[in-house]
Amino acid sequence: MIRLDEIALRYPGRDPNRGAVLQRISADIPSGGFRWVLGASGAGKSSLLRLLSLSLKPTSGQLEVLGVSVNRARRAALARLRRRTGTVFQDLRLLGELSVFDNVALRLRLDGLPEDRIELEVTEMLRFVGLGRKLDVRPHSLSGGEQQRVAVARAVVHRPPLLLADEPTGALDEKQAIRLISLFEELNQMGSTVLVATHNEALVRRFGHPALVLERGRLVSHG
Amino acid sequence: MARASVTRLTGRPLLSRRQDGLALRRAMPDRLLPALVAAMTFLAALALAGAVGASLLAQRWNNGAAAIMTIQVPDADAPAATGAGKRGDAVLAVLSHDPAFAAAIPVDRARLAALLAPWLGGAGGSGTGAPALSLPGVIQARLRPGVDPPADLAARLESAAPGTLAERNQPWTARLVALTRSLQACAALALLVVTGVAVAVVAAATRAGLAARRHSIEIVHGLGAGDGYIAGRFARRTTVLALSGGIIGTILSVPLLLLLCRLGAPFASGAALPPTLPDGDLAAYLSDALARVPLPLWIALPLLPPVSASIGWLTAQFTVRAWLRRLP
Ligand SMILES: Nc1ncnc2c1ncn2[C@@H]1O[C@H](COP(=O)(O)OP(=O)(O)OP(=O)(O)O)[C@@H](O)[C@H]1O
Ligand SMILES: [Mg+2]
Repeated sequence: MIRLDEIALRYPGRDPNRGAVLQRISADIPSGGFRWVLGASGAGKSSLLRLLSLSLKPTSGQLEVLGVSVNRARRAALARLRRRTGTVFQDLRLLGELSVFDNVALRLRLDGLPEDRIELEVTEMLRFVGLGRKLDVRPHSLSGGEQQRVAVARAVVHRPPLLLADEPTGALDEKQAIRLISLFEELNQMGSTVLVATHNEALVRRFGHPALVLERGRLVSHG
Repeated sequence: MARASVTRLTGRPLLSRRQDGLALRRAMPDRLLPALVAAMTFLAALALAGAVGASLLAQRWNNGAAAIMTIQVPDADAPAATGAGKRGDAVLAVLSHDPAFAAAIPVDRARLAALLAPWLGGAGGSGTGAPALSLPGVIQARLRPGVDPPADLAARLESAAPGTLAERNQPWTARLVALTRSLQACAALALLVVTGVAVAVVAAATRAGLAARRHSIEIVHGLGAGDGYIAGRFARRTTVLALSGGIIGTILSVPLLLLLCRLGAPFASGAALPPTLPDGDLAAYLSDALARVPLPLWIALPLLPPVSASIGWLTAQFTVRAWLRRLP
């Protein structure tokens, strides 16, 4: 369960006269739900996903993620919550020092999985997203779409109860995008809650699902 | 062997295993930090040697001059007030039954007379005549190490033989002991300062590493790495660097310490030593020098590397955890 209650967000140092980036957002997303996050550029989609991935704290309002009240949780509990969340950031955030394999494996190493299982799961995951031949390459020598698929692989390899994806298909062709969203749906059918921010209206129409629509920081429709 | 076969299956090198994404190997000043810690450990070894040397000297003085008491018994040959025997014997009995004293020995009459002859006139050079004054009996008593004379000693001596005087050869040694105490305090202060500087150096190095890896740390933190995980990675790295610095510094300090121990040997043991390198026999010189290193130093020196490693670990843990507070 994700619950947003009168959430507002201001970035520190941002001109206070320009108002909050997110304003008075209240919504409930049930466990196992699939939601698109839609809105024009600058509407606040990434900011909302950053809140849910605990990269930012709300300026005001109550936030509950996977049943944990974020406002009151201790640091260790927040770290645990982050490990139960898979996130595809809009800026990907791959580790340039690590190979493609290790970028994805890190996710599982943080959970303390044994290396032989990590080897199997990561290899299989990267094969699925079409990177089976690029395991030992550094991310910066990949194409934009390939990097995006590494980020997706890292987000879903541990089958997280919550998946947050910010423009995960932005650099992909139509066929790959559909394949990826199908993967998300599969995960969703296995019980994960999924939120995907996108500008790709064709994709939204094709797959259905309710949407959270943002307009200049306000939630104008959900469901 | 599951892992090995899996690795062979995917045909990838084992080298990329177990990367933590922080790449601290390159982020920390891996030459500067060990060098600085080595210098700090070297200074700590010198300070330790000073402290140990001073305490050995203090001990020796305490067991030596400061432990001797001189007791004068007037009319030592006169019969004692109580019981049979002479006054001198009564005082001797008090001293030898007191557990504070290890030994009590009467000073030979003739030797005393000879010592005092120049002042008391007597027979001067010609010799053997009876002294003009009746000499008091003199007893030298040696206190057990570290024990003070009992508080009621004067009263007990007085009742055994009225007029008996007991005197401790203290003022001079008290001053020396005070000097060694302040030397020890200086050594302790030096150790404290060295520790403080080491903490500051490790903290600065850790912060440099944090700044260099800021982006990676934010990513790893965002993936759910706890503060303990990230701090542990940094602590592991600084521990390795500080430990190697500690070992280098300790090893570098040994030659100087050997030299100091040799120079200090006559004060510590009273034994004579060959003043120079004995005819180029380096092995003999070294084994002689090694034998003179006091035991406490042998114990303290090997502790220096683990102590610097612990300082590295603790400081890194503390610095990183404090820094991580800025992340949500
Ligand atoms: N780090 C930041 N500091 C200050 N302001 C920010 C920051 N990130 C975003 N903003 C502002 O917050 C508002 C919403 O940004 P956000 O990235 O959430 O939009 P978005 O809906 O994801 O847009 P896009 O579709 O282009 O990705 C924008 O006006 C942006 O300028
Ligand atoms: Mg965005």
